[in-house]
Amino acid sequence: MSTPPPQNTGFPHRHLLGIEGLSSTEITLLLDLSDAYVEINRSADKKRNHLSGRTLINLFFETSTRTRTSFELAAKRLGADVINISVSDSAIKKGETLLDTAMTLNAMHADVLVVRHPFSGGVTLLSQKVNCAVINAGDGSHEHPTQALLDAVTIRRRKGRLEGLRVAICGDVAHSRVARSNIHLLNTMGASVRVVGPPTLVPGQIGRLGVEVFHDMRKGIKDCDIVMMLRLQSERMHGAFVPSIREYFHFWGLDYAKLAEAKPDALIMHPGPMNRGVEIDSEVADDMGRSLIREQVEMGVAVRMACLEILTRIRTNGAPVPGPVT
Amino acid sequence: MTRELQRAPEGRRTPGRVAYVNARLLDPASALDAKGGLITDGEAIADFGAHIGQGTIPEGATIVDCRGQCLAPGLVDMRVQVREPGEEHKETIGTASRSAAAGGVTAMVCLPNTNPVIDDVAVVEFIARRAREVKLVKIFAYGSVTKGLKGDDLTEMGLLGAAGAVGFTDGVKAVANARVMRRALTYSRAFGSLIIQHPEEPRLAEGGAMNEGELAMRLGLSGIPAIAEAMMIERDLRLVEVTGGRYHAAHVSTALALEQIRRAKDAGLPVTCDTAPPYFALDETAVGDYRTFAKLSPPLRADSDRRAVVAALKDGTIDAIASDHAPHDQDSKRLPFTQAEFGIVGLETLLPLSLKLHHDGHLPLLSVLGALTCKPADLLGLPLGRLVSGAPADFVIFDLDRPWRVEVERFKSKSKNSPFDLHPVQGRAMRTVVDGRTVFWLDGG
Repeated sequence: MSTPPPQNTGFPHRHLLGIEGLSSTEITLLLDLSDAYVEINRSADKKRNHLSGRTLINLFFETSTRTRTSFELAAKRLGADVINISVSDSAIKKGETLLDTAMTLNAMHADVLVVRHPFSGGVTLLSQKVNCAVINAGDGSHEHPTQALLDAVTIRRRKGRLEGLRVAICGDVAHSRVARSNIHLLNTMGASVRVVGPPTLVPGQIGRLGVEVFHDMRKGIKDCDIVMMLRLQSERMHGAFVPSIREYFHFWGLDYAKLAEAKPDALIMHPGPMNRGVEIDSEVADDMGRSLIREQVEMGVAVRMACLEILTRIRTNGAPVPGPVT
Repeated sequence: MTRELQRAPEGRRTPGRVAYVNARLLDPASALDAKGGLITDGEAIADFGAHIGQGTIPEGATIVDCRGQCLAPGLVDMRVQVREPGEEHKETIGTASRSAAAGGVTAMVCLPNTNPVIDDVAVVEFIARRAREVKLVKIFAYGSVTKGLKGDDLTEMGLLGAAGAVGFTDGVKAVANARVMRRALTYSRAFGSLIIQHPEEPRLAEGGAMNEGELAMRLGLSGIPAIAEAMMIERDLRLVEVTGGRYHAAHVSTALALEQIRRAKDAGLPVTCDTAPPYFALDETAVGDYRTFAKLSPPLRADSDRRAVVAALKDGTIDAIASDHAPHDQDSKRLPFTQAEFGIVGLETLLPLSLKLHHDGHLPLLSVLGALTCKPADLLGLPLGRLVSGAPADFVIFDLDRPWRVEVERFKSKSKNSPFDLHPVQGRAMRTVVDGRTVFWLDGG
């Protein structure tokens, strides 16, 4: 079932299942390629043909608008045929569907499978059963690698670097795949990472990932270059982790008063979709000078184009497909 | 020269006299470890000891040359889920019996989490009838503590006990309600019954899929904290203190809980416990990249807990080793980790994984065997697990040093869910004898 991973592309991985385990060289390769695609996306002719003749299937076991659309757009701009499949929650509760779906997709000869799954490890499991490259578009509370990559591109374009930056990741860290992927990426790239949130939403062992933990938001974002807010993910929670939205916003919601503790040029990020008034004040979110939220979405398409290109650079006979876009 | 016993791995006929000669006799109950032989007459042990050899064999007896291999009481496995009645697609009394026989287990006790639940005399009798029909190893059953495993109302412990239930437990569920547990421990004193707890505070464990810790955090899986086990045991020990009921904690997996049990035993409370091989053979890292075959309840713990389990076996805090056999079909395990079922099959790996404790120098051989034979038998009040003249001839002949690899595809169990597939192990059951009948014989052995 397994074919050897692509060689000589600088990216010796068959799938993109997570950031954990990627080297700084591999991450840099993806970020550089993404930068190139940003320019193409801003030009009039956005179409390339690297994925011409290839089929990409978006397989989403969890609802999503921006990630799915972003992958779809990225694949279409590279010339691929795109199919979107949404599997309802009720269907996956029956259990067998995941591997049955894998068998079905195998038979359709997809080249890339983009998968989002509500349970940690769901995408890994599927990747073990299919013949094509798999990109994790978010699995449970585990990883969401393309989100971390697009966050990194966004930061790098604004700050010129990742190394040495102080980044605060704030909010519902416990349930966040975005937090885990970002922590792995930023640490690998030499940034200094803090996590900030109520003790019920910050796992006790998170320090083992090489981050500093703060439960006081003001102290946590003090002198930070980047304040990255996370969505409060009530859908993944067993019972209440915070007593009320009002209290949560009071202590951990990002408003101008708290933001004043960060560096004067600190920038604000959010992976979306935002709960306005829960983890972030509307005014702050819409602050054109500070908020990178719209830019993150733009970078998303470029990053996904880069990932698709890298993972499909190999032909079925094993020969690398020539050259990126630059 | 010697003649081999007829190759009847699942023989249903009881032979006449059989002399097992040239064996290393091991009987943990009497601390016997000597070269010798054993003679069976029909279903019973006629004689055994160092004096059995050429010249002392009765005329007409079939002779089995054990070639120096070990002969010990058959294993008594006090924690097995046979899935019949109710989930026969996972295991049946027939396949569990063959699996047990292949693992050197001559007696096993089923958990009551069947469908219907073993909370009624009729179900106890059903198990007994099916065991008689299959007629391989001896099968006993626990009754549930509460009706329908619902955790509310006590079952008819007296009547269930009279029908053959050897103890009471709610199986893979904790008796969570303290008042119910107190009543169970109090009422069971009328019959001297053992109450067996799945020690886990359910509200703390709820939604958890593996041991709480760094690995669970990295994998994005909800954790089951070690204190979920310790808290339930701590509560129960208080209840044992005031009730005097006989209490047994199943599959203890944490250093914290073992320390509590150690103290309770020192204080003279009627408390015992067991563990299962995965808790001394593996730790949480076996979960690796979401391997559902390493999803157990309780979960595989930290390496420090694993070492504490070994130490507790060494100092006798842990009384018995049980397989905690939990067969599941592929559809129950080939799922995202969170959705997969808990548990692994264990009957066929119980002996070799336990023998590793001896091979690694942690425990003397007789102590390992004691935890698998006479000790669980004594806890349950069963006259089994020892070599006694006149007693039923239930024993296992095993090659102590034989290296081999576990291969799940060769399991006799209907289910293959084991994290030990392809694990190198040492020591293997070669022949299993129940009531004088050979119920398993390793081909090519």
